[in-house]
Amino acid sequence: MDILLIILTVILIAGALNTVRSKDLVAAVISGSVVSLIASIYFYLLQAPDVALTEAAIGVGLSTIIFMITIRRTGRMEE
Amino acid sequence: MRKAIAVLFLGFIGYYLLSTFLLVPFGVVRVLEGVGLKYLQDGLQQTGAANLVTSIVVNYRGFDTLGEVTVLFLAATGMGALLYSKRPTERARQNASVIVKTGARILFPLIIILGAYVFIHGHLTPGGGFQGGAIIASGFLLMFMSYRTYHVNHVILSRVESSAGSVFVIIGLLGLAYGSSFLANILPLGTANTLFSAGVIPLIYVAVGFKVGAELTALLDTMLQTVK
Repeated sequence: MDILLIILTVILIAGALNTVRSKDLVAAVISGSVVSLIASIYFYLLQAPDVALTEAAIGVGLSTIIFMITIRRTGRMEE
Repeated sequence: MRKAIAVLFLGFIGYYLLSTFLLVPFGVVRVLEGVGLKYLQDGLQQTGAANLVTSIVVNYRGFDTLGEVTVLFLAATGMGALLYSKRPTERARQNASVIVKTGARILFPLIIILGAYVFIHGHLTPGGGFQGGAIIASGFLLMFMSYRTYHVNHVILSRVESSAGSVFVIIGLLGLAYGSSFLANILPLGTANTLFSAGVIPLIYVAVGFKVGAELTALLDTMLQTVK
């Protein structure tokens, strides 16, 4: 269990850093949704299934799509 | 000069934040103190909702939820106003493959049923109006992605949205008229842990579920119409 939590935390932090630093906005959005996914696993493990459900539906599903549509309308690379 | 002021300002804020946090001993569980303990002890008797989170969101803090719903409504309205165009862009995307289309057609009703279950049982199991609405919107998103020509009727969606919002406010006003305060629980509480219990809480959550689902679906369709 502890090993699983450590792996999840490492992926979480790496995803968050990649979201901020990446010049490719599509990669940044995908890393952001990975952060949301792992956060929702954490919420579930911390016995907050309500929050986990919201985070999974909004953070991973809808907001990723909305960002993707916006990127399609504008540009993919950050200057 | 500006940097010095900024450092001074940060130090000022940091000092007061730190002195506030130092009042709380590190690692002490404070859940069972004050208002949290009161919710845990009296929540089930007072509201009749087996899911305490729902009883806090809809009953004790119902006014906040009304504000949240209003914020979401304003955001969706602003986005629609910004992106509205008389002639929607013809979607040049190709249809998805047969496997995706068939899968979407089979999964779509199941996702809608799951969303409806989540908000109808909001007072019994984890979940509620916001979660169920988001799940329903993601079901519609699956259809938008798989079928190029799939469209929703915006007139019906806005009718659903506005009537659901009105139901929320009307239930609140009825509480003011027949009970003690805005959003007071005026219906009988019933037996806890059954579907028809907790008074007005399920009614409000069903209204919120319809409202959020309709709003997010309309928003996704409006956005998808603007891209090729």
